[in-house]
Amino acid sequence: MLTIKDPTKGLVAHGVSTCAGCGLELAIRVILDVMGENTIIVIPPSCSALFSGFGNETTLRIPGVQGNLENTAAIAAGVRAGLEYQGKGDINVLGLAGDGGTADIGLQSLSGALERGDKILYVCYDNEAYMNTGIQGSSSTPMGAWTTTTPYGKPVKRKNLMQIVGAHGIPYAASASIGYIDDLRKKVVKAKAAIAEGPAFLHIHAPCPTGWGYDPALTVELAKLAVSTRCWNLFELVDGSKVNITKKVNKVKPAEEYLTPQKRFTGIDATTLAMVQTQIDKDYARLELLAGLSCETDSAA
Amino acid sequence: MKKVMLEGNFAAAEAMRLARIGVVSAYPITPQSPIAEVLSEYTGDGRLDAKYIRVESEHTAMSVAIGAQLTGVRTGTATSSVGLALMFEMLGVAAGLRLPIVMPVVNRALVSPWSLWCDHQDSMAARDTGWMQLYAEDCQDVLDLCLIAYRAAENGDVLVPTMVCMDGFFLSHMSQAVYVPSQQDVDDFLPPYQAKNLKLDIADPMFVNNLIPPTEFMEMRYQQHTGFSNALPVLNTAMKEFETQFGRSHSPIEPYCCDDAEAILISLGSMSGSVKEMVDQYRAQGKKVGNLKIVSFRPFPEEDLVAAIPRGARVGVLDRSMSMGAPAGPVCNDVRSAISNQGLNVRIQGFVVGLGGRDVRPVAITSAFDRLLAGQYDKDVQWLDMSDNAMTLRQYREAI
Repeated sequence: MLTIKDPTKGLVAHGVSTCAGCGLELAIRVILDVMGENTIIVIPPSCSALFSGFGNETTLRIPGVQGNLENTAAIAAGVRAGLEYQGKGDINVLGLAGDGGTADIGLQSLSGALERGDKILYVCYDNEAYMNTGIQGSSSTPMGAWTTTTPYGKPVKRKNLMQIVGAHGIPYAASASIGYIDDLRKKVVKAKAAIAEGPAFLHIHAPCPTGWGYDPALTVELAKLAVSTRCWNLFELVDGSKVNITKKVNKVKPAEEYLTPQKRFTGIDATTLAMVQTQIDKDYARLELLAGLSCETDSAA
Repeated sequence: MKKVMLEGNFAAAEAMRLARIGVVSAYPITPQSPIAEVLSEYTGDGRLDAKYIRVESEHTAMSVAIGAQLTGVRTGTATSSVGLALMFEMLGVAAGLRLPIVMPVVNRALVSPWSLWCDHQDSMAARDTGWMQLYAEDCQDVLDLCLIAYRAAENGDVLVPTMVCMDGFFLSHMSQAVYVPSQQDVDDFLPPYQAKNLKLDIADPMFVNNLIPPTEFMEMRYQQHTGFSNALPVLNTAMKEFETQFGRSHSPIEPYCCDDAEAILISLGSMSGSVKEMVDQYRAQGKKVGNLKIVSFRPFPEEDLVAAIPRGARVGVLDRSMSMGAPAGPVCNDVRSAISNQGLNVRIQGFVVGLGGRDVRPVAITSAFDRLLAGQYDKDVQWLDMSDNAMTLRQYREAI
């Protein structure tokens, strides 16, 4: 057994090879802080693989395996099954994948694990494109955004991943943001508790200065702007039906305030911008409606 | 040891049950489905103490097996045809992580066109993924080779996953009286599984399968290659130990009437039984022919195979698949390579037979033997027992 010699506090090394201002790095530090060392992590080849490490080096103090791009949930399910068979069901199994590895190529294996009720925590950090391979568009890339495969702006709206996950009726799912660390931490705590019953899912907004084109110092600020413009909504989905908005946005700012600082939206035209704003308004109205229905169901019960 | 009427699929499932696999991940596909079904029954009624993960694809079946085996559990899955093809990416992962997973493969043709029936194109397409491949001739072989496979694959000098291949329908759905050993005897033969290399363990944290630089990749591939170099002697030993424990002998190659043969047909799998029947008929007419059955295609038992061919014998290979664009089918290509590598100069006639569920009929075998006995050699691979309309069947191109 190797003796680990470094002064790192926590389970993630200081000094990792993520880009300056990486939203994911903030997220993983919080996630592992809550999950603790009694955790096994599954990571696909992606930005998160920077935490798997390279050659003889890793950045993590916990056991982990790098799987393939499309099977984070499947390998996590296998690890979980192996542990349960050996009576080690108290060990947390965590999958950490990006939006491409989750909403695109990994959707099938994720759906399989959620439907089976495998007791894993699956975290999708969403930087809204295939960043590690060079900023190619994913199904989670927002409308109007430039990527290297949507050079004239993405013409269609993004996939609603939370709604897809919610359709599986799992014990706990939540969207979160690295702009709201306390909220994120609380949700990881709840997700960790939920995996005693079944799968838990977190969808974390993780701004990417390299891919989005903004000053790395503004990552947290931009994440907050995404929420205050309702471009990214913070809510929980309990048992697939109960919706709880954890950050109500009463004084909404126009989407433009969030989009303008980002180079990826430079070429967006007025028509697309109007479509983006309309979609944002519809999504939030729907979310409030669902949250209201949840309250009514609660009081009825 | 009791004798039970078992179809090949059930013989495989019995072997997996007796090997005490702890995690099953299975996805149904014709003709493998009965394995997925019966293992769910065994885990449901307690005959097998295992977690049954009802996966949504073969890719996930292998991914779950890999994840579970990394925690130190013997796992089980099985597949066929396009299922094996979908699993392809993960086959290399299991092999590279040195996880000795044993997987029955029920051989079925690959698309296109669609076929539900047997040929070896599926497992042959996966032959370079770093898995051992053993081919069963009958249902007893299926059970025996699975048990032998666990023993050989899990050897610390090997750590290579293994496919136990059985011909779809010809074996998977054909009943045969099969000796099923007692749990105690199998427990004596197969100790509980222990992770001997990479593992996921809270008490000994390691990060498995991260990116590695070009300065290390070749060396790690060489470790796999060395595992394969060790595999053949370990497999031989495992087969001898199996014989001591259970009384049935197995060998990586099985020569039948080869010692004085003037013509030999090399074969894999269930068609070997038909070839041996024809050998008997030819021998009754005083014609000296033989059959050389390859049980272990990977590792390829090159020296034993060449040694089993008497000098001067004419040799043909019956391939149940084709390596398109290559001189012949994959088995023939390997036999030619082995002959050359052993310093011999023998021309090996390639034959393709029995694709997409076609029976390897006596007419195919006799035409192959007769060509060899007559000294006919054609450098082009010969497709046997084909219809006359081969080149007009479903040809919709405009006439030029």
